[in-house]
Amino acid sequence: MRLELRDITKRFPGVLANDKISISADRGKVLGLLGENGAGKTTLMNILSGLYKPDSGQIFIDGEERVFGDPAAAINAGVGMVHQHFMLVPVFDVVEAVALGSEPVSGPLGAFNRGAARKRILELSAQYKLEVNPDARIESLPVGVRQRVEILKALYRHSDILVLDEPSAVLTPYETEELFTIIRSLKETGTTIIFITHKLNEVLEVADDIVVLRRGRIAGQADPKTATRQELANLMVGRDVELIVPKGPAKPGNVVLAVKDLHVRDDRLEMAVKGIDLDVRAGEIVAIAGVQGNGQTELVEAITGLRTIDSGEMTIGGEHVEKASPREVSDLGVAHIPEDRGRDGLIAYMSIAENYILDTYHRAPYSKRGIFDLKAVKAGAEKGVKDFDIRTPSIETYAASLSGGNQQKVVVAREFSVPVQLVIAAQPTRGLDVGSIEYIHRRIIEQRDAGAAILIVSTELDEVLAVGDRIAVMFDGKIVGVLEGDDATYENLGLLMGGADSGAAPSTPPGTGVAA
Amino acid sequence: MSRITGTLRKAVFPILAVITALLFGAVVIILTDFKNLALIGTDPAAGIGGAVGGVINGYGAMLTGAFGDPARIGTALRTMTPADIATAIRPITETLVATTPLIFVGLAVAISFRAGMFNIGGDGQVMMGGMGATLAAFVLQNQVPGFVILIVAIIVGALFGAFWGFIAGFLKARTGAHEVITTIMLNYIAAQVVFFALRSPTLRQPGSTAPVSKNMQSFVDVPLIINLPAIRLDYSFIVALIMAAVVSWLLFKTTKGFELRASGFNMTAARYAGMSAGGSMMLAMALSGGLAGMAGSFLAVGTVGQLSLDLAGGIGFNAIALALLAGLRPGGVVLAALLFGALTNGGKLMGIQSGVPFDLLFFIMALVIMFVAAPGLIRTIWRIKVSKPAPELALTQQPVASE
Repeated sequence: MRLELRDITKRFPGVLANDKISISADRGKVLGLLGENGAGKTTLMNILSGLYKPDSGQIFIDGEERVFGDPAAAINAGVGMVHQHFMLVPVFDVVEAVALGSEPVSGPLGAFNRGAARKRILELSAQYKLEVNPDARIESLPVGVRQRVEILKALYRHSDILVLDEPSAVLTPYETEELFTIIRSLKETGTTIIFITHKLNEVLEVADDIVVLRRGRIAGQADPKTATRQELANLMVGRDVELIVPKGPAKPGNVVLAVKDLHVRDDRLEMAVKGIDLDVRAGEIVAIAGVQGNGQTELVEAITGLRTIDSGEMTIGGEHVEKASPREVSDLGVAHIPEDRGRDGLIAYMSIAENYILDTYHRAPYSKRGIFDLKAVKAGAEKGVKDFDIRTPSIETYAASLSGGNQQKVVVAREFSVPVQLVIAAQPTRGLDVGSIEYIHRRIIEQRDAGAAILIVSTELDEVLAVGDRIAVMFDGKIVGVLEGDDATYENLGLLMGGADSGAAPSTPPGTGVAA
Repeated sequence: MSRITGTLRKAVFPILAVITALLFGAVVIILTDFKNLALIGTDPAAGIGGAVGGVINGYGAMLTGAFGDPARIGTALRTMTPADIATAIRPITETLVATTPLIFVGLAVAISFRAGMFNIGGDGQVMMGGMGATLAAFVLQNQVPGFVILIVAIIVGALFGAFWGFIAGFLKARTGAHEVITTIMLNYIAAQVVFFALRSPTLRQPGSTAPVSKNMQSFVDVPLIINLPAIRLDYSFIVALIMAAVVSWLLFKTTKGFELRASGFNMTAARYAGMSAGGSMMLAMALSGGLAGMAGSFLAVGTVGQLSLDLAGGIGFNAIALALLAGLRPGGVVLAALLFGALTNGGKLMGIQSGVPFDLLFFIMALVIMFVAAPGLIRTIWRIKVSKPAPELALTQQPVASE
């Protein structure tokens, strides 16, 4: 079906989220909707799926105007949403999860006709090449397969227009490729797809047409055949951005972080880090690539003193830190940018000033003998806000009210507010937009050039390739390969991340949970 | 449609909660006024007038009971005799007497809640504090001067309360035992411990069948602020105000307070920042118990003059309500305690004078708590449109941004 949105305007208190946005997608085409966080993509899609009512503007499906009062109306009109955060009941199996809400029934009591639902799911699965075992429990499925279940759910409800909101955010590179295959086969059967993302490569690869949103307006339109990443990035941000922050060659000095034969257990007491050897030298950036959940989190927690190690040796600047507390590690001059800034790095309902001193509050000049010098705190926080260009009305503002990029700047400003010899940065740009990514990378490279040793853990290949002087790939608790930055490519990193030995051919990665 | 922003909103919601509760209370007064309700059929004007009059009488008596009778204050100003002055100021001083322990325990609850510890054990800590103070007083009786006994008794009582709170903090930090359960259970244990202590000949009132201690007023008492007949307001009220200032200073001006608040908001982030989460739990619970213990000490040694099993009388639970009403701010705790004190004290006169039952007070207090706990309800009733912190967000991000 052909979808057209005409002059959609939506205003929230103080913000014009969508300003006269007109887009259209033909039957069997993929429209890539590109924009930074806060550009208005999600608002637009919430209007399309009936969650919000536009202040003005019209929606046409196959030339006929439709008004969506609620999500049910949108579903009836054939618009299906696949949310970024999956809406699946974890203890259901695939048949139950897909049929939930539109179950086929039989008999006078309206019993759930599982057979009918299962049959239809198998048909859809075959028709659209969405391989799923209909009897598997949701919680046992990897995220890539759960996403397929979400797509099946939309198709089960006869959606001819499918909206995918940041679908690759949770996927491995391999799973993303599989998703693109699915999108192509959906196209062939005539499904219209709206693909929302902030990732440049993906729209270029899969979209037939690209619309870039910025601050609630259409910033431009592009043809994926001719557009470049740089052009799209500039359109998104509204200025010239550097996708890869330029950096000189590393000048490695002494070993700052030395890890030998480290074993660490996870919360379930399973071995998560299975014998890692790693050296990070002053003046170099070592990037650890890998799919989430291969022991990176436990490795970082062990180094920073947050997790007790099972065995092995760790030294920072020559000092043994196997049994050090987080404070002792931090006092050695270690900056830690945690992987989940909302949970680990910031206290949402404390002010920016308080967050800025969160791990240095006990030192001069902020406090003496346990009593705060509030003037020094204010001066410190104001300097941090200025130096790191944190956009906030005041240092008394709650951290929660900042954008993701500015929140991360608060964390980075805090961690870099004291001299450091080692920087541990876990997912330092997760969920950030192009402009903020550029900024954070620049700051990290500055620290390297000032002589700090940097360890970056990231699941984003773009990031690993952009900043890593050396790249180590972690798989199943071990480092399965180390590449010099110049030798690394998407291909060889992708293979290593999937668990293949260097240079070996790709096999199906383990644990995709697909029924044969 | 009014739009209310940030700071103002913090004060507006508790105030609206109180007003709403009083309005609901008025409705109940009218609905239970059967005499006037019966009149409505025959003489509607008199019935309605009578019912509204009942409300005015009831609430009027409550105000008089809580803050004083204007006529008596006038008399006192004219005659200036001690007896008249005492009569005039007695209601307000009695309100402050009722307020004092509420301030202590309200602060205790506020400090623990700030640290993310839900101390439901105020009652037990008050009891233990009262017992500690009483024991100290009888041990020192006839050994040292009265004011030394007083100071030692208060300190020992506070330490007993602190220890009782610390147990729950320690259990949580070391074993993960949830403090809601442990503090409730420690309430029962405290009651039994006090019951046991009251059987000892050192404490037990000779000849009494009730489990109460001997009276202490003969050798130790908290000095009165105003020395007039039948005025009970003593310096514990001033100590309570000082403690409010100390708690405020501790929470907002010291690194320990910062650690408590940080752990209370987000324990993971506090741990990542190198703070000891377990240490904060134990400290917060000990401080909390200490404040409650101090309330118990002053009650036993001062206001009541003896230790008994009903020393706490559910104050720990009222304190939770008023601490939440106060938004966990020490200054707010003082105001909320004053409100609860005034309601309790004024309610007595309302019951005696106007025929509106005293129990209505509990009804109103429960409504206040309910409305405070459900700001959505207040918003709906008063049609308040809450303005989101959009100005802050607008600089950087839309409130409904993607992701």
